[in-house]
Amino acid sequence: MTIQAPAGRPAAPTPGHATPLPLRREGPAKLTGQALYTDDLVFPGAWYGATIRSTVPHARLLAIELDPAFDWGRVAVVTADDIAGRNVVASIAEDQPILVPVGGEIRHQAEPVVLLAAADRDTLREARRLVSLRTEPLPPVFDPLASTVVFAHHALVKGDVEAALAADGVVVVEATYRVGHQEQLYIENNAMIAIPRGDGGMTVHGSLQCPFYVHRALRTGLGLDDAHAQVVQAETGGGFGGKEEYPSMIALHAALLARRTGRPVRMIYDRHEDLAATTKRHPAVIRHRTGVRRDGTIVAQDIELVLDGGAYTTLTPVVLSRATIHAGGPYDVPNVRIRSRAVATNTPPNGAFRGFGAPQAEFAAEMQVGRCAEAIGMSPLEIRRRNAYRAAGVTPTGQVLHDDAAALEVLERAAEASEFDWVRARTAAERAGRGPRARTARGIGLALGWHGAGFTGSGEAKMGSVASIELTGDGRIRILTASTEMGQGTKTIFPQLVAAELGVDPDDVEMAPQDTSLVPDSGPTVASRTAMVVGGLLVHAARRLKADVEGRTGRPFELSWRDDARDHGPTRIDERFSPYPGRSFDDATYSGDAYPAFGWAAAVAEVEVDLDTAEVTVLSVVAVDDVGRAIHPVLCEGQVEGGTLQAVGYATIEEIKLVDGRYLNDRLQTYLIPTSLDAPRIETILVEAPFEDAPHGAKGVGELPMDVGAPAVVAAIHDATGAWIDDLPASPERIIAALAGIAPPGPPGMSTVSAP
Amino acid sequence: MTYRLVVNGEPAEVGVPGMRRLLDVLREDLGLTGTKEGCGEGECGACTVLVDGEVVVSCLVPVCQVDGSVVRTVEGLAVAGGSALAPLQAAFLEAGGAQCGICTPGMLMAADAFLAAGAEPTDDAIRGAIAGNLCRCTGYTKIVDAIRLAAERRQAGAGAA
Amino acid sequence: MHVEPPVGSPRSLEEAYGLLASAPHRPLAGGTDMLVQLTGELGPAPERVLDLWRLDELRGIRVEGGALEVGALTTHAQIRRSEACAAHAPTLVAAVATIGAAQIQNRGTIGGNVMNASPAGDTLPVLLALDAVLVAGGPRGERSIPAVGFWPAYRSTALAPDELLLRVRIPIVDGRRQAFRKVGTRRAQAISKVVLAAAWRRDPAWRDVRIAFGSVAATPIRATAAEAALEGAPPTAASIDRAVAALLAELRPIDDVRSTAAYRLEVSGRILRRLLEDAS
Ligand SMILES: Cc1cc2nc3c(=O)[nH]c(=O)nc-3n(C[C@H](O)[C@H](O)[C@H](O)COP(=O)(O)OP(=O)(O)OC[C@H]3O[C@@H](n4cnc5c(N)ncnc54)[C@H](O)[C@@H]3O)c2cc1C
Ligand code: FES
Ligand code: FES
Repeated sequence: MTIQAPAGRPAAPTPGHATPLPLRREGPAKLTGQALYTDDLVFPGAWYGATIRSTVPHARLLAIELDPAFDWGRVAVVTADDIAGRNVVASIAEDQPILVPVGGEIRHQAEPVVLLAAADRDTLREARRLVSLRTEPLPPVFDPLASTVVFAHHALVKGDVEAALAADGVVVVEATYRVGHQEQLYIENNAMIAIPRGDGGMTVHGSLQCPFYVHRALRTGLGLDDAHAQVVQAETGGGFGGKEEYPSMIALHAALLARRTGRPVRMIYDRHEDLAATTKRHPAVIRHRTGVRRDGTIVAQDIELVLDGGAYTTLTPVVLSRATIHAGGPYDVPNVRIRSRAVATNTPPNGAFRGFGAPQAEFAAEMQVGRCAEAIGMSPLEIRRRNAYRAAGVTPTGQVLHDDAAALEVLERAAEASEFDWVRARTAAERAGRGPRARTARGIGLALGWHGAGFTGSGEAKMGSVASIELTGDGRIRILTASTEMGQGTKTIFPQLVAAELGVDPDDVEMAPQDTSLVPDSGPTVASRTAMVVGGLLVHAARRLKADVEGRTGRPFELSWRDDARDHGPTRIDERFSPYPGRSFDDATYSGDAYPAFGWAAAVAEVEVDLDTAEVTVLSVVAVDDVGRAIHPVLCEGQVEGGTLQAVGYATIEEIKLVDGRYLNDRLQTYLIPTSLDAPRIETILVEAPFEDAPHGAKGVGELPMDVGAPAVVAAIHDATGAWIDDLPASPERIIAALAGIAPPGPPGMSTVSAP
Repeated sequence: MTYRLVVNGEPAEVGVPGMRRLLDVLREDLGLTGTKEGCGEGECGACTVLVDGEVVVSCLVPVCQVDGSVVRTVEGLAVAGGSALAPLQAAFLEAGGAQCGICTPGMLMAADAFLAAGAEPTDDAIRGAIAGNLCRCTGYTKIVDAIRLAAERRQAGAGAA
Repeated sequence: MHVEPPVGSPRSLEEAYGLLASAPHRPLAGGTDMLVQLTGELGPAPERVLDLWRLDELRGIRVEGGALEVGALTTHAQIRRSEACAAHAPTLVAAVATIGAAQIQNRGTIGGNVMNASPAGDTLPVLLALDAVLVAGGPRGERSIPAVGFWPAYRSTALAPDELLLRVRIPIVDGRRQAFRKVGTRRAQAISKVVLAAAWRRDPAWRDVRIAFGSVAATPIRATAAEAALEGAPPTAASIDRAVAALLAELRPIDDVRSTAAYRLEVSGRILRRLLEDAS
């Protein structure tokens, strides 16, 4: 473990360290069933809401027809005509309507068109069946490579790729990788309840990651000012990116119905609707051409990356940015060309999911490095050793890496803990001696990754997030941020960080609820930025509060804060983000410091493949992650373990098939994630290479493990079977196709067209 | 119809349609919202409760089939009149077995049945006992750790007694 | 959104038959299929439900008249724990052990699995391979229906709407060997992509060979060409080759949300070959 405590500060508590860690703050409530998730909230007189969606991928909406035989007086009906504000779900681009208007264009199956609410579910169910949409079909586009609608594109160039690929002694390796959709599959479905207020305002309680995103959407769609829109996060049963943006849509729907009925309206998705309609990880097609010398030096990377954004822009341009910057993997290559674009298809919009474009890009990059190693007869470990970034390395955007570039450290730690060389020699011997009727094959695979911590480019500087600490008049210390708890431990580590600065017990520090009427906008809870950015702001705020109080009382904060509150009344510190010194990014030239810091990760997976059925058992994963500083090692490990299993699912079984732009895997019976019996033993090793500009050194942990798990597992499948599987998931169907030479399944993520 | 059941030791009587899901009876008719719905189709296990000591998914059990039964939910786990965490819950808290917490009530009930059965708490046995309970947050590692910890403490406690 | 049709809860088989005769009812056993359909609004909801859960007459496992009898309401968990099942129908125990996980096995019944008539129902190939007989009862009395022919078409059975499945009879055959293999997407809670059950005797030639598959056709099926290729043949590599070739020629699986036709065909051949090699 690298522990470099900056001078003047005690070393961080680390795994095995005696300092007792605070227990999860909201843990007891969750363990006793007292924690209130959205669907647990009771609002007397509330009606139930439902969404009528399109059932065609691309069409003109001609009419909405309500069966005249039904008594529509019992039901509230809302269409685009009833939208008081602008009919857009506010996001990066304003292209996605809240409801498709008559005469408007339906761009995907599952697009919301009509909203209904009723006092009871039976009436609602009946009414739902009696609404029909008249449409005129338009030709759909499903193939991202054929799409001409481009949401965003980038070109990153460093050195001269063509010359380097043509040079003597350079082996050129080419391959195309495709990855499909992945569902976040938080176990709590999306849910929102809107409550109309007497003053014309609207309060929304819901399951969400980003209170101020929903707040802005409400203001835009309902035409409300700041004070009349209020968003309150209920206990949230997982997000993983999936509750970053779609909650805005659902909140608007619930609010429109609440306005219409003058009552609270519950919009609680069931699993089918959640799967069918909400955002997924972007499918991608990634082509690599790599030049490698016989000594293992990678001299050139030529990469073309296409993301399928689905029908609307949503967050796609930002996902594309991250995918582009991470596309080469954590390797210092002198000649790089990365061309990328994100395009539209007539499928439901894709959005944020842990890793945000990096897992797709790094899967391809890591598989490609493995192929290069094989092409020159070098071990996958050695080729990574030779090419991995070191301090002072320069990335394709021209970012110069600092001393915390821990690629080699995580690599060596993973190799050592997994006994990579030894196990690989054993699997090689086993493969060589394998008879034709062997039942199973074992393999080991390695992957190395990097993940930019926080927003890409100038995102954080533009956002200007605020986090606050308040010493109340009655002597309570309160943290005010919009950062949400979804299980990662926000509510535990924030008080822990603040208490450590103030010298008080974490239990003395309260967390204000995530309610937009109470807390400042500390930005969305995404991009692994919570601990690093918002946590950093809180550390600064705590230092200021401590200085203020000690200045007034002349005594240590921990002995004087209650007196100070009594004598001087409340003190509130608002700490606003200011860019990390010396780090800047130029959006126009797409160059500079793409991230304040990078976290580094390595994973080694061992698998067993059934040679009859190609079923893959992932036996173990060693996950080594550089998190800058592990504020709370137990919570940190929990992030790594959870992210690793999501990556294992991505690698092996999680798949969505589409017909006519509709997901076939739209129920939990058909979209499968790993159970406890499928989960490997996960050994987590936390490495701490602190980010020097954050007061606490933390870089963020949420997304790192997601980047390396899948390529490690698929490399292990290769080691076991000799087959390169270029498409995710590396399902038994794809492995058998490679082993037996039979027809492989179609490309992942791309819709087929049903026979007429 | 009127159905009588004993929920967490308390007799309860509900006048509802017989095909109402036990899940809805618990959450809506009895106000016990600790039991969660993650799928409504038996796949996720978030709605797991014990009926006469056996784990079931309450989203697939109609109330007519539990007339006269003893039902235990997450709300019935805490001890000392609900004021103290049961050893199993404490083990989850210490080991980090709950993250977002939405799978936790069901997971605890499956774990409770496993502990009650008194099987050897091997890794495979624990994983088998919670195979019907999906968790998307933890990778299961710390859940398995927590259940093992609770089982070991239970055995140690039984040994000492 | 869950539908709640009216339900009758008879306390005896007589009462149940009476209700069935009075109006159409959909029988309900453990509910692990029916409630999924009601909540997901998959297909039309039944007008009335007949809850069988209190009919203890339909529970229990016994050996009688040279057969293993399993009551229709017997749960998968009860079958897993049964010594009689382990002794006479180990493949049935193996099959039910793969159904869902503990929660589903505690409620789901063999009768429900049979009557749900899914081509992926895991006990169905076992019942085909073991020459099981399904005993039905109704206003016209009891009748026995061989498993072969019990599932005539996709999701349908040989029972009349006013009949109930009472029990499953599995003849006990001396010297019979059996094997079961399920291929699913994950290790628990997974519907089969391919499922194979087989039974045979060896003297040392192959005798009384039964090979049954699920998830490769609209109904569970017997692979009769593969069986014929083996029947009376010596246990050699050549006879195994012939059986596998016959299987590949007779199966016509399809692509669906869970797998592909190509995978199902290839893997069916591979697991049959493995099973026969292990048995040789
Ligand atoms: C999460 C989950 C996982 C599952 N995994 C599997 C699996 O791996 N393999 C598998 O094969 N199945 C699986 N199933 C399906 C199901 O559990 C089984 O088919 C089970 O055996 C059904 O039994 P039941 O008693 O619950 O049936 P019910 O739902 O009560 O009934 C099913 C059907 O049979 C009829 N029926 C039931 N009993 C009788 C009777 N005695 N006479 C006449 N008709 C009757 C009913 O009318 C209904 O149409 C799974 C289900 C779930 C929810
Ligand atoms: S809600 Fe019952 S199993 Fe998912
Ligand atoms: S803790 Fe979130 S699903 Fe298990």
